[in-house]
Amino acid sequence: MSKDRMVTLTVDGLEISVPQGTKLLKACLDNGIYIPNLCYIDDMEHPPASCRLCLVEIEGRPDPLPSCSQKVEDGMVVHTETDAVRLLQKTAFRLLVSTNHGKCRLCMANKHCAMQQIAKFLHMPLRTKKLRYIPKDMPEVIEDHPCIVYEPNKCVLCGRCVYVCSRQNYDFALDFARRGFNTTISFFGSQEEGVGDYCRNCRACVDICPVGALNFKDERDAFLQDLQAKISA
Amino acid sequence: MSDNIEQDQEVDLEEQQVLDAIAVELPGFSRDVHQLLPVLQKIQHTHGYLPRDSMVMVAAHFAVAAAKVFGIATFYNQFRFNPPGRHPIKVCLGTACHVKGGEIILENFTRRLGIEEGETTQDREYSLERVACVGCCALAPVVVVGEKIESYVTPSKVEGVITEIEIQNEIAEREKAKDEQQSDSE
Ligand code: SF4
Ligand code: SF4
Ligand code: FES
Ligand code: FES
Repeated sequence: MSKDRMVTLTVDGLEISVPQGTKLLKACLDNGIYIPNLCYIDDMEHPPASCRLCLVEIEGRPDPLPSCSQKVEDGMVVHTETDAVRLLQKTAFRLLVSTNHGKCRLCMANKHCAMQQIAKFLHMPLRTKKLRYIPKDMPEVIEDHPCIVYEPNKCVLCGRCVYVCSRQNYDFALDFARRGFNTTISFFGSQEEGVGDYCRNCRACVDICPVGALNFKDERDAFLQDLQAKISA
Repeated sequence: MSDNIEQDQEVDLEEQQVLDAIAVELPGFSRDVHQLLPVLQKIQHTHGYLPRDSMVMVAAHFAVAAAKVFGIATFYNQFRFNPPGRHPIKVCLGTACHVKGGEIILENFTRRLGIEEGETTQDREYSLERVACVGCCALAPVVVVGEKIESYVTPSKVEGVITEIEIQNEIAEREKAKDEQQSDSE
């Protein structure tokens, strides 16, 4: 990838120029064109493209495609707001919130949660009426890490935490566990003696989580105490 | 799957023996990370399940994070995380048995034994599992108790299965007591 070679494309009628090799999603976001997204992180080489929120239509391609895994091309004509795109995004979003218990006010991520942002953008409620609400059969908090707490019912399984942790540590202190509907993030034995201290408490995972599913225990305790005080006041 | 494997559990004597055995076996296995799955399979094959700490040991052996080993092991249905009971109960939930109400049978066992699927009772007498088609769909719903196939299982039969095992256990115990008495009086 030569650094300086620029590619020019059109997105929603706007002409933009970005370096060759840039992912379409990044190109749009960098130029002020918002596309909902959850599982992409800047400069990911192989985006998982698993949340299915960043779909766009590219002229000449039969179906909408996830913009996070498309590289920009010269002369590309992209539409981010077509009916087909919105329909697919809304369906993906409904599926994501079908397990959401919607207690935003009690959550640390309230007001800066990616799900709230996307809900607003798509004009969608955070509790869907179209699909059945299926709560996950999981504990509210899992505390198998000495200082980080994980709330599986909030987790949207975007995998961002796993990605940044592997980047940070050249290995994983946390990873996906189980499968299907029971999938969670797990720190299993990450600070056990003899396994090496894989977790360096770098807080990369806590900071990257787009929802409030990973938090430092002391910070969460303080937040809950505050909340309690506010409620009783 | 219900499991509390993530939390530290008490390691009992039986489990400690298994772990000690694994500690002896492990150095004999390749350290090539591609062998991770085969090694887990070998441990399960030898000991019937993967104790929590064995996954931590395997992680150390391959120099990977325990979270990774746990992630891989829990992804596959073939791995058990609790010791098999003396009477393993396998409820068939293949297509035919599912249609004939296998779920209800599983729920009955869950309630009767007080354990979830994939778990083992405290006394290690029973373990409960779901399996997919044991090959006699005409008898659905089917439950395999130890080696024995129970056919056309109904909720009332669930009680019968457990009672039968309890009676047999009692008989065995009485015989044993009698034998001991005899050998005492001799
Ligand atoms: S704090 Fe850092 S090292 Fe620990 S799990 Fe999170 S990203 Fe990984
Ligand atoms: S914990 Fe957060 S970052 Fe990790 S997968 Fe869940 S939602 Fe994504
Ligand atoms: S950001 Fe592209 S599929 Fe999730
Ligand atoms: S489905 Fe149960 S035996 Fe075939």
